[in-house]
Amino acid sequence: MAAAASPTSTDTTRPTVVLIGHGMVGQRFLEELAERGVTERARVVVLCEEPRPAYDRVQLTSYFAGRSPEDLSMVEAGFMEKHGIELRLGDPAETIDRETRTVTARSGFTVRYDQLVLATGSYPFVPPVPGKDHKGTFVYRTIEDLLAIEEFAQRLMQKQDVPSGSVVGGGLLGLEAAGALKGLGLETHVVEFAPRLMPVQVDEGGGEALRRTIEDMGVIVHTGVGGKEITAGEDGAVTGMELSDGSRIDTDMVVFSAGVRPRDQLARDCGLEVGERGGIVVDADCRTANDPAVYAIGECALACDGRVYGLVAPGYEMARTAASAIAGEGTDGFAGADLSTKLKLLGVDVASFGDAHGATEGCLDVVYADSRSGVYKKLVVAQDGTLLGGVLVGDAEAYGTLRPLTGTVPPVSPEQLVLPAGTGGPVALGPSALPDDAVICNCHNVTKGAIRSAVTEHSCGTVPEVKKCTKAGTGCGSCVKALTTLVNDELEASGVTVDKGLCACFPHSRAELYEIVRTLRLTSYEELLASHGRPEARGGDGCEVCKPTIGSIIASLAPSVGADGYILDGEQAALQDTNDHFLANLQRNGSYSIVPRIPGGEITPEKLIVIGEVARDFGLYTKITGGQRIDLFGARVDQLPLIWTRLVDAGFESGHAYGKALRTVKSCVGQTWCRYGVQDSVRMAIDLELRYRGLRSPHKLKSAVSGCARECAEARGKDFGVIATSNGWNLYVGGNGGADPRHADLLAQDLSDAELIRLIDRFLMFYIRTADRLERTSAWLERIEGGLDHVRDVVVHDSLGLCDELEALMAAHVAHYRDEWAETLNDPERLARFVSFVNAPDAPDPSVRFVPERDQVKPDLTVLAGPTLPIRTLEGTSA
Amino acid sequence: MTTATATATATVEILGSDGWLAVCPLDRLTPGRGVAALLPDGTQAALFIDRAGRTYAIGNRDPFTGAQVLSRGLTGTSADRPFVASPLLKQRFDLATGACLDDPSVSVPAYRVRTRDARDA
Ligand code: SRM
Ligand SMILES: Cc1cc2nc3c(=O)[nH]c(=O)nc-3n(C[C@H](O)[C@H](O)[C@H](O)COP(=O)(O)OP(=O)(O)OC[C@H]3O[C@@H](n4cnc5c(N)ncnc54)[C@H](O)[C@@H]3O)c2cc1C
Ligand code: SF4
Ligand code: FES
Repeated sequence: MAAAASPTSTDTTRPTVVLIGHGMVGQRFLEELAERGVTERARVVVLCEEPRPAYDRVQLTSYFAGRSPEDLSMVEAGFMEKHGIELRLGDPAETIDRETRTVTARSGFTVRYDQLVLATGSYPFVPPVPGKDHKGTFVYRTIEDLLAIEEFAQRLMQKQDVPSGSVVGGGLLGLEAAGALKGLGLETHVVEFAPRLMPVQVDEGGGEALRRTIEDMGVIVHTGVGGKEITAGEDGAVTGMELSDGSRIDTDMVVFSAGVRPRDQLARDCGLEVGERGGIVVDADCRTANDPAVYAIGECALACDGRVYGLVAPGYEMARTAASAIAGEGTDGFAGADLSTKLKLLGVDVASFGDAHGATEGCLDVVYADSRSGVYKKLVVAQDGTLLGGVLVGDAEAYGTLRPLTGTVPPVSPEQLVLPAGTGGPVALGPSALPDDAVICNCHNVTKGAIRSAVTEHSCGTVPEVKKCTKAGTGCGSCVKALTTLVNDELEASGVTVDKGLCACFPHSRAELYEIVRTLRLTSYEELLASHGRPEARGGDGCEVCKPTIGSIIASLAPSVGADGYILDGEQAALQDTNDHFLANLQRNGSYSIVPRIPGGEITPEKLIVIGEVARDFGLYTKITGGQRIDLFGARVDQLPLIWTRLVDAGFESGHAYGKALRTVKSCVGQTWCRYGVQDSVRMAIDLELRYRGLRSPHKLKSAVSGCARECAEARGKDFGVIATSNGWNLYVGGNGGADPRHADLLAQDLSDAELIRLIDRFLMFYIRTADRLERTSAWLERIEGGLDHVRDVVVHDSLGLCDELEALMAAHVAHYRDEWAETLNDPERLARFVSFVNAPDAPDPSVRFVPERDQVKPDLTVLAGPTLPIRTLEGTSA
Repeated sequence: MTTATATATATVEILGSDGWLAVCPLDRLTPGRGVAALLPDGTQAALFIDRAGRTYAIGNRDPFTGAQVLSRGLTGTSADRPFVASPLLKQRFDLATGACLDDPSVSVPAYRVRTRDARDA
């Protein structure tokens, strides 16, 4: 937003609130102002240094997991306009004149304030190491920092096989940065001055467990040493780092993450008091000590309890306090805040809460450690049994319930709380055991009572509704699991039967029906309806929802439950949607389209010629699809067998474009031809497509394989996407294009061919087993409890002991695959259904007609129009 | 509607504007699915058999799209009414009356159907 005509902006009719800094806390402050009606009576001007509005810094690293800068935005569309807030992007405040109460920004824009709020956050501290400014050194704070890191890393990748990156600082942010470098494909080092990782949050034991797990992931950890000098080559770019113990790391880039310092320079310059170690001094209302018209909130403030908080939750609390003070409401004052954190670092759970280091006098530790699995749990309890705090590494499941229990005597012994499941004493102490005033969502300070009343009083009926209503779960996300349990419990308690039934015929979910079919080896819909249907539906004809769903379940499990793999045999034929029933896609005029399989998008000239000839001879409209194959449109049902006879003869087989089944595995040209390729992506795509072809699933499945990180095959938009690395393959899952696009998440990296296939086998079978009807992997991953982590636990770490079975199911599928079209053509009885009219098998359907369009044809829709006929009631029925 | 007690030799007939028309042998029908029949006046009927062996016929033309496709939809029972769901946009039609269950202002014709044993013919 450029400066208006006059560089000085005055609006004398209304008081003016000026906010400097549009970060997480600044945005929250604006929301709190709007909620209190201040934006209606006052002019609000925001000076924002960054080129974009506030975004979720806490989730910054998820940019590397595919979230775009837009996804990270914290500002709801239309928020500024709706509240008449003037946001000046890329125009930082440069001076504050407290005499005249004006702020001047870099562009020269000057604004007079009645109240001024500083929310300038922190800057990353860069230790004064020689060489800290060489080319290839970075900090990790903003989206721009991330973009610069990414770009530099990608340039390194083009020059060398496995470049190396180092992070200075092994705290919370340092480990996030290390995760990002690792994800970018760099050999990654972490250098931490303290004797253990995350020294602030975890104790020695926790630090050890963390180190082991992180080293297992291939990150090289150096503790107890500091960086002494960063060396550069002739071009001025980083070549390595010398450490305080005399050793040296050869490294091509360095990310500093050695802590943050409050950005209080503006305040210093205008004579506001700052603390000895920085931070703008404020009182309990977040007013600065020497000017009641100026406030400071968030990470730039030195709060009344003498602390500078580096977490977002206390900042939000300050935003609320300052907004109430400005609105002229009484405030409870900022009372200090909890430093609990739960993080997911490089895929390892780390949580600490309360008195994590056991500083309280006379307290006791209860510790459980398993170095093999990298799990470390410590609870700190007072002599009287009160839970004071704890550290959880490797398994932080219990964080959601333990943190709110802090300060109380838990209903079970602390030993039972740390022992893992299956050791005789596990207690699944659910959120239901918590008192109403327990804070469930720490980020937004939402209590259990508030969540319950969202359901009972504000009639929220789903978790997303409760999130919207209370904001719970919309910060770091660590409380979502507990939140979901609470909401469902509350719904059930208030008599809402959460009917998980598939349709009016079955009270079971799709996943339950899958289990029933699998364990009882039921291969008949009729039997299933009679034994498991709702009483009122038994004996009926079912419906259009459950029939194809059960048809699909039986087809997915066919070889294992002893059903015929051919989906049109016997009773199965009646269950299939029309597309599956005719093995082609129904089009708007009643004709069908045909998509032969072209694995990996690779096709010989001979096959292309056959497709061309078939299309020409049958007058079919021909189009290259978005899935790297060719679609032939406009076939009448009676032409399908004739067309397929020619296609099958030429070596084609069904592409299942009609089925909820594997569609395509797209590929880029890969290493064979492309100068950047590091693996043979075409071969892998073909292998995968041939392995999973014909696999029936809850929704369609798409995949792609790219030969390098440039990702020309768009694998991250697929249900399972594979991207080559110099060491093997990275597997991404849960991607989606379509109406609600989602980038796939990294499931595992640097896999060999065999490991890759094994993981995909397990992933797909686990999805097929547990997803709802018509639920793509993306929606499934978002829905299931525990999300990606749970799926990773199950398919990578075999936490449910299911993997052998999942692999066996897939092996059976692969062994029993047969081409549906070849099977159909071989059997005259099956072919008999491909007629337009049962009483005139040779007559073509006259309503399927075409007119010319751009040298091909299109449906003639005029022949379809006509009056709708009046209802004709039948009295009695004929015998 | 008719309850088929007859055997494979039975024939299914539809009452069109020109009287009863033999359409196909009963065993050509798959329970839970339909087939299309061409009537002498050029209109098309969709003929179904349910799992209890009852047969139904309604117009084949989907009034929402104009396409002749109702015979290719999936059948079911909703509140005891037998229906077919159009394979195009999924509206359901009562097999006995032709009334659209999802939009009361729309309907398709319903035809009388009977099954004749070979002996009767
Ligand atoms: C032919 C094609 C368009 C084209 O001309 O390129 C196409 C055509 C159809 N798409 Fe698609 N999609 C085609 C690529 C895509 C892609 C791109 C891709 O695969 O790379 C996407 C986005 C990626 C994705 O799926 O995540 C795509 C997302 C959809 C969706 C939305 C899915 C979602 O999860 O939101 C639907 C609706 C659905 O499946 O429920 C859909 C449904 C359809 C249907 C099946 C609609 C229907 O029921 O009639 C269309 C049938 C065409 C036919 O009869 O042959 N099509 N469709 C493409 C066939 C690719 C192939 O070779 O198999
Ligand atoms: C990678 C990463 C992970 C994190 N993870 C967690 C976590 O898991 N949990 C947690 O609680 N916290 C976490 N944090 C910390 C959290 O992001 C901060 O506590 C929070 O962002 C503080 O909000 P703020 O508004 O005070 O500061 P910021 O979000 O930094 O916003 C300050 C804004 O002010 C702008 N600004 C500065 N000076 C001026 C000026 N003169 N004029 C105009 N604008 C100016 C800055 O450009 C910036 O945009 C993480 C931080 C990072 C970087
Ligand atoms: S993704 Fe494939 S085609 Fe694209 S640059 Fe990499 S190897 Fe080449
Ligand atoms: S605790 Fe962070 S979102 Fe709830």
